[in-house]
Amino acid sequence: MTSVLYDVPGPKARVRNLLIGGVGTLLVLAVLGFVVYRLIVTGQFEPRLWEWITYVNIQYLLLDALWNTVSAFLVAAVLSLLLGALLAAGRLSDHSWVSRPAVVLIELFRAIPLLVLIFILFFGVSRAFGIDIPAFWAVVIGLTLYNGSVLAEVFRAGINALPKGQSEAAYALGMRKTQVMTNVLLPQALRAMLPTILSQLVVVLKDTALGYIILYPELLYQARFLGSQGQLGSPILQVAMVVAVIYIGLCLILSGGSKLLEKRMSRTPKGGGAKPAEAPEELAGVL
Amino acid sequence: MNVLLDNLDLYGRGFLGTIQLFLVAAIGSLLFGTILAGMRVSPVPVLRAFGTLYVNTIRNTPLTLVLFFFAFAYPRLEIADISFFWRACIGLILYTSAFVCEVVRSGINTVPVGQAEASRALGFTFGQTMSQVVFPQAVRSVVPPLTNVQIALLKNTTIAAGFSVVEAGGIYAALSERGYNVLVGLLWVALFFVILVVPLTLLQRNLDRKWSTAR
Repeated sequence: MTSVLYDVPGPKARVRNLLIGGVGTLLVLAVLGFVVYRLIVTGQFEPRLWEWITYVNIQYLLLDALWNTVSAFLVAAVLSLLLGALLAAGRLSDHSWVSRPAVVLIELFRAIPLLVLIFILFFGVSRAFGIDIPAFWAVVIGLTLYNGSVLAEVFRAGINALPKGQSEAAYALGMRKTQVMTNVLLPQALRAMLPTILSQLVVVLKDTALGYIILYPELLYQARFLGSQGQLGSPILQVAMVVAVIYIGLCLILSGGSKLLEKRMSRTPKGGGAKPAEAPEELAGVL
Repeated sequence: MNVLLDNLDLYGRGFLGTIQLFLVAAIGSLLFGTILAGMRVSPVPVLRAFGTLYVNTIRNTPLTLVLFFFAFAYPRLEIADISFFWRACIGLILYTSAFVCEVVRSGINTVPVGQAEASRALGFTFGQTMSQVVFPQAVRSVVPPLTNVQIALLKNTTIAAGFSVVEAGGIYAALSERGYNVLVGLLWVALFFVILVVPLTLLQRNLDRKWSTAR
């Protein structure tokens, strides 16, 4: 594919591009090489510091931690989808006594930093009311409140993006409001919004790492724990590397799925007026 | 109310840290993100590949993990002794610029093809086309999503508090040490974050009104 931003390179430009490319590669390699050099000089590749991988107990520990991460993600994902659907339905309601509170909730939970939300649940509520919220539920509820609000906006945008004729035709056929929503609008909107929903789930998975800060025993927490074990040689860098590979791998699988879905759906433009997924502008910056 | 008034020093220091962290990381990520976006649309294939690899990796990395590396793994390399604050800044910049890059790139895509074609026809090089024609128009069309990335950055600065940077997210710990009601204290923190977002939203509206191009 040729870009409109530049001409097809001629012989001179090709040489220049090759030169710039070479210099760029050298720069990146220099930075990477420097990091590897420091790793070697400070003795981070010494076999003693990697021995921990061979211990079966530690492998089980990491598997447990992985399961803690994944289970928090799964529960939070399901709950935030439910909450998102509920809040979106509330916001789209014709009754202002339903839609106004929904708007306030959505805006509120999106404005508060997720970590502060988790702190409120874990430190605040438990001490103020004497209800002990375990770290798992603090993480899950925090993730649910935040991502549920974001997903509510995704759902709403998806339904609003449908051509008006869809709901008008359904009303003309004599369908009730609920019928129009469940039988006509939702199936199309969900289809169009699926890639966006999936990429929001990647955010849920990424943010489970916040559990580390309230000492929920997920992957990062175990990395810190193993990294401070003197008899293993405090291999925090090594464990962190392994954990990073696991985290990034999991997220890449999820976002790969989202991309695949997007590609498939743009290939078969079926499903009525459902436009292929287009994230509403305000969601482009979801981190 | 007492929780806030008795601990004004704590809140002042915490939010000063938040704002400093935010300003440094915002400027840094806008610069680095723009450079990355330039790389991703450049005529040099190698640079495009590096840009894509970087953005795809960072976008699938939890910010907590990035900061974890800078907090615990970086000292092991014994390169240079940088304070926690600056390491957090670097981590936030590296993370946020991937998102800035994607927003700027989507802005470049919204500029009508004719603009770039016309400047090529006038004999502009890639650098000139980008800097004088395409980029100024692209930035104007992405003010709202760009502000959203920065708002997310503002909220993400709290994570640095988890790695002992003096920051609003760490206020709760000092409060519970002093024996105050942590819930009320945290609700104040949440309220101040909501208030901090307001000027950013106003700036966004202002810039959007002033800069939006008529197309």
